Amino acid sequence: MTDTTTAIQAAYLLGLGDDALIYSHRLGSWLTWAPLLEEDMALANISLDLIGQARAIYTYVGANDGTGRSEDDIAYWRDEREFRNVHLVEQPRGDFGQEMARMLWFSAYQRELYAGLAGSRDAQVRAIAAKAVKEVRYHLDHASQWVVRLGDGTPESRDRMVAAFSWVAPYIAELFEDDAASVAAAEAGVGVLPSSLRAAAEATVAAVLAEATLEPPAVSRWHARGGRDGVHSEPMGYLIAEMQHLPRSHPGAAW
Amino acid sequence: MYGNDFVDPNDPGAGPLNAADGGAVEAAAAHVDRRSEIDLSDFDAIIAADQRVEPRDVMPEEYRQTLIRQIAQHAHSEIIGMQPEGNWITRAPSLRRKAILIAKVQDEAGHGLYLYSAAETLGIDRAELLDRLHNGKQKYSSIFNYPTLTWADIGAIGWLVDGAAIMNQVPLCRCSYGPYARAMIRTCKEESFHQRQGFELLWDLVRGTEAQKAMAQDAVNRWWWPALAMFGPRDTGEHATGGHTAQSMAWGIKRFSNDDLRQRFVDMTVPQAERIGITIPDPKLAWNAERGHYDFGDIDWDEFWRVLKGDGACNAQRMARRVTSHEQGAWVRDAAAAYAAKQAARQQAAAGEGSAA
Repeated sequence: MTDTTTAIQAAYLLGLGDDALIYSHRLGSWLTWAPLLEEDMALANISLDLIGQARAIYTYVGANDGTGRSEDDIAYWRDEREFRNVHLVEQPRGDFGQEMARMLWFSAYQRELYAGLAGSRDAQVRAIAAKAVKEVRYHLDHASQWVVRLGDGTPESRDRMVAAFSWVAPYIAELFEDDAASVAAAEAGVGVLPSSLRAAAEATVAAVLAEATLEPPAVSRWHARGGRDGVHSEPMGYLIAEMQHLPRSHPGAAW
Repeated sequence: MYGNDFVDPNDPGAGPLNAADGGAVEAAAAHVDRRSEIDLSDFDAIIAADQRVEPRDVMPEEYRQTLIRQIAQHAHSEIIGMQPEGNWITRAPSLRRKAILIAKVQDEAGHGLYLYSAAETLGIDRAELLDRLHNGKQKYSSIFNYPTLTWADIGAIGWLVDGAAIMNQVPLCRCSYGPYARAMIRTCKEESFHQRQGFELLWDLVRGTEAQKAMAQDAVNRWWWPALAMFGPRDTGEHATGGHTAQSMAWGIKRFSNDDLRQRFVDMTVPQAERIGITIPDPKLAWNAERGHYDFGDIDWDEFWRVLKGDGACNAQRMARRVTSHEQGAWVRDAAAAYAAKQAARQQAAAGEGSAA
């Protein structure tokens, strides 16, 4: 990062790190609630991959944006309005079908994102993306298999998947919206424009839906916006309160 | 080493932290298979030769049922044990600790899987065993009926509960039933790692603020006695007549008495408490040079039986959560089965078309 672009690039990268951390947090809450023991393990695995991505991004940003923050400073000592994740990842855990619908979209998006970042001008971003893209390929495969099984399973599972994709639909557009930080990061050759990822991610999801014998959901009347500016949905405040409560109750303590 | 702040919790020179640390697991893993020298239709000969009984061998029905009950209870304990620890995943105070905790709970799910698989080799399936857990016919370790109230409880569970579990499980790496012994070898290696992480978590708290230190001490105060009770009722001396101990020992399932294992655990753990800088909540705890062991106070067996019989802080909660989770997942398991059946039918139809052509 150069001095002139540091802040805006940091903002861009923090958005990606926050997506990973907050989704990891939500997936972590699945443990003991999964429909099969194998699935407890798989969701834990994906949660671990995502927290690993967040830690790598936070550590890099904190060491290079002039603030000297640690990964934990960034995760635990920012307020809700400073988090730049999309609304999709902060939504509370629904049923397993909703989780697989969310994971399918998020991993389809992340796969294109990290594939693009593998060509970043920033060597550290390239390194993070090169590792993450392999992980995300597995997440996408996992979600795809479940969406197909559940879409083409029983009448109940099919109904639930139709509902799941309708639930997730309003949160998708935000993944692909360009904002000032992503535009600047893309212009600097560090990041990629979210809008440039949309067609490929949509094609991925469409192919899985077709195999699952599911119709794409109707376009929703509203869609989520504002996450990259720190304007979140109401569940985010509770998530942050729960996640940050302990370190904030003990200022200066190490864990 | 008491009071020496320069002791690295991960320094292997400081001695083993748990029963899996001293090479016993590796020794069990190096077991030499001499089954080819034995008449495998003679169960007693396999046991007498200290060889492993394998799934297809002839075995007494009581041996089979004892193992099913014990392995299932062990598997159930792993998956119920995910609840008290999972309780802190969303509140872990650092990203490193959060990742460690997610990985630990994931490992417990994995241990549950190995163990259910080991039980399945005895001719019963996982769904049936889960039903027996859900309808109360089979138990899980009573330790998980205690609540995790502070972050330090995660450290105390790792250090004490996993430490006690390893003490129990290391001898099971030499259990006469092969699939169980092999599952235990893998489990002990991972549990050893968890116990070390718990020790380190408490170590860091004790070296933190006064509030953190108090949190660590409070957790150990609450978990010490339940951890000692994990080894089960007294079964030596005047208590030696009852229980399953004698039969299990004759069959090579159990290698040491509950009391022996409990004593070993106390002997191993007290010096670690001194290293951490934490007080064991037992005024009667004292080194007995004559015995070469620590003496310790009386376990509250009334509490042990009360919790075992259902009147613990979390018995009802743990079971309700487990059953609810299982019921909520039914539609997913049904769908997966329906999809697999459709796929099989499609493949069969495709193969039929292929052969017709």
